[in-house]
Amino acid sequence: MLEAEGLYKSYRMGEAEVSVLKGLDLEVNRGEFLAIVGASGSGKSTLLHILGALDRPDKGVVRFEGRELSRMTYGELNRFRNKMVGFVFQFYHLLDELSVLENVFLPAMAGRSTFGWLSCRRWAKRRGMELLSRLGLSDRAEHKPYQLSGGERQRVAIGRALMNEPQLLLADEPTGNLDSATGNAILKIFEELNTAGQTIVMVSHDERIGQKAGRIITLADGRIEQKNTSG
Amino acid sequence: MYKIILALRYLLRRRITYFAVLAVALCVFIVVVVMTVMTGLVRDFKQKNHQFVGDCVVGTESLVGFAYYEDFMNMLEGADFIEGVSPVIKNYALLNPMGTERTIGVEIMGIDPVRHSRVSGFGSMLHYRKDDVSKAFVPSYDSNLPGCVIGIDLVLSRDSDGRYYYGAAPIEMGVAVSCFPLTAKGSLAKAGAGLVNTKTFYYSDTSHSGLARVDSSLVYLPFEESQVLCGMSGRDKRASWLHIKFKPNVKLEDGCKQVALLWRKFAEERSGERQAELLSTVVVQSWKDYRRAFIAAMEKEQTMMTVMFALVGLTTVFIVFVVFYMIVSHKSKDIGILKSIGVSNRDIIRLFSGFSFLVGVLGSGVGVICGWVFLLRINQIEDWLYEQFKFQLWDRTIYVIGDIPNQVEFSVLAVIVLSAIVACLAGAFVPSWQAARLEPVETLQVSRL
Repeated sequence: MLEAEGLYKSYRMGEAEVSVLKGLDLEVNRGEFLAIVGASGSGKSTLLHILGALDRPDKGVVRFEGRELSRMTYGELNRFRNKMVGFVFQFYHLLDELSVLENVFLPAMAGRSTFGWLSCRRWAKRRGMELLSRLGLSDRAEHKPYQLSGGERQRVAIGRALMNEPQLLLADEPTGNLDSATGNAILKIFEELNTAGQTIVMVSHDERIGQKAGRIITLADGRIEQKNTSG
Repeated sequence: MYKIILALRYLLRRRITYFAVLAVALCVFIVVVVMTVMTGLVRDFKQKNHQFVGDCVVGTESLVGFAYYEDFMNMLEGADFIEGVSPVIKNYALLNPMGTERTIGVEIMGIDPVRHSRVSGFGSMLHYRKDDVSKAFVPSYDSNLPGCVIGIDLVLSRDSDGRYYYGAAPIEMGVAVSCFPLTAKGSLAKAGAGLVNTKTFYYSDTSHSGLARVDSSLVYLPFEESQVLCGMSGRDKRASWLHIKFKPNVKLEDGCKQVALLWRKFAEERSGERQAELLSTVVVQSWKDYRRAFIAAMEKEQTMMTVMFALVGLTTVFIVFVVFYMIVSHKSKDIGILKSIGVSNRDIIRLFSGFSFLVGVLGSGVGVICGWVFLLRINQIEDWLYEQFKFQLWDRTIYVIGDIPNQVEFSVLAVIVLSAIVACLAGAFVPSWQAARLEPVETLQVSRL
């Protein structure tokens, strides 16, 4: 489903140039739950952003369903981010001006023109409510994100990521900002989604990820150091 | 759709936005008030000049005047686009109120009051003889005496409210008017005692044109007497100007062109006459050109005011730019989020442009409404300020205005509102464009590693 070949990425930090990825190769299969672990600064998040077209590699190729992301036009990349992938971030990244329900159906709104949205808004609201219900937040639909707890916010972020039924779910330290019990609940949601067939790539420090992910890779010094199969 | 929703929410929920709205409203308020007052003053000034002159004049600045004016008047009166023609003697004179040692330099205009009120607003400028213009030069205290209509500021003074105190009838007062009569060749004609013609006229009425210069230095005299005083009577009578009024459906430019054609034809026909050379100094002018020296100064002030308010507009752009720069800086995370769900750069610009449009519409709406309400009450506010603090925007004892003009012109309002919205869009464009260029990963991560 997703292939990365020879990815290089470096950042300039003051005078120095820091290489984050050094010729990394990776393959993600459909229906897989892949966990990427590694020490802080090993390039996990950078890799995830490149896989989700939020960032570009200096060198190397990322292919999604055989299509190179670097050859896509701006419009195609926007459609890719809107329809094909869903992101879950460590710090939730919800829009405070919108209600919980509006945050969830935001990707459906963003992918349509005003008239397109007006014709499908009932469907989108229904789907948003279904997702909130599955995530145990149906009674919080009209609340604002700042009125929710960290775990609730992360569940809203998961709802938003799933709104357009993406083929690939990318999660960047989704439990990194949560307490143990809440983190467990969030991981359980990911596990259930994967069981239902959702492809997931998750970057995490969380050791519990080993019990949930189908495959774990460890990044060190910009390369894959170790591949484990869990489960 | 999310662009409209987010723009509205940013507008309503971000306190900093209120400052942007307030800044726009304040700028619009100031521009609406000052432009309305200034436009009103200029319009009022032009209208008074138009009333004073009529539509068109034919004549000469030369103090000698021009001959054969009666024949040309007949020609004009035969034309179907002319409503009326009034011959005028214009000259300078010395005025000495009898029983005083005071002598002042004035302009005199010799007119036939009935004819002149047909072509200008002369009749409406009178106080005592407004209803019977034919008696403008008949003093109410003695109808056998030769009368004169004196510019109001020469005989009456204004109080702080700008009001003149008229008596029930004009006071009995004679003024000696002395002129230097000129021959047709422009030399001083020997007349009366030495070179000066002097005649006493009696104050029969005042004229209040609303034009400071006119009201403070002009004396109207009967036409024939003025002609004699200025040495323009005799075999080939002369006049200084013919004031003309066109029929209501005649456009000013068209009317003036037709009069100019008629004048050229007339001047050619009279080219062999004895005083034909006087005709070469004659010009045909619209009232606007005739009063250009005065109107241009006022228009220049208006232009300067417009330039100043263009600078106010630039300030608005800068304020909106700063506010939007701050808003966009605070919203960089939102931009990252939106881009991570597939929102394009163009839509980010549209979102913030929509936001700035709303700021412009709301700000200019508030500014226009406040400006309008303020203008409706501007005279009451000025009265109140005067009663409480003795403050007057225009000292009525100096400036010849009554009420402060407050007639709002919708075209001016539309231009101001549009300019404010454009200023907001311009101020928000650069921050929006910069926001759109941000890579999503730049705004979503604290650490890039």
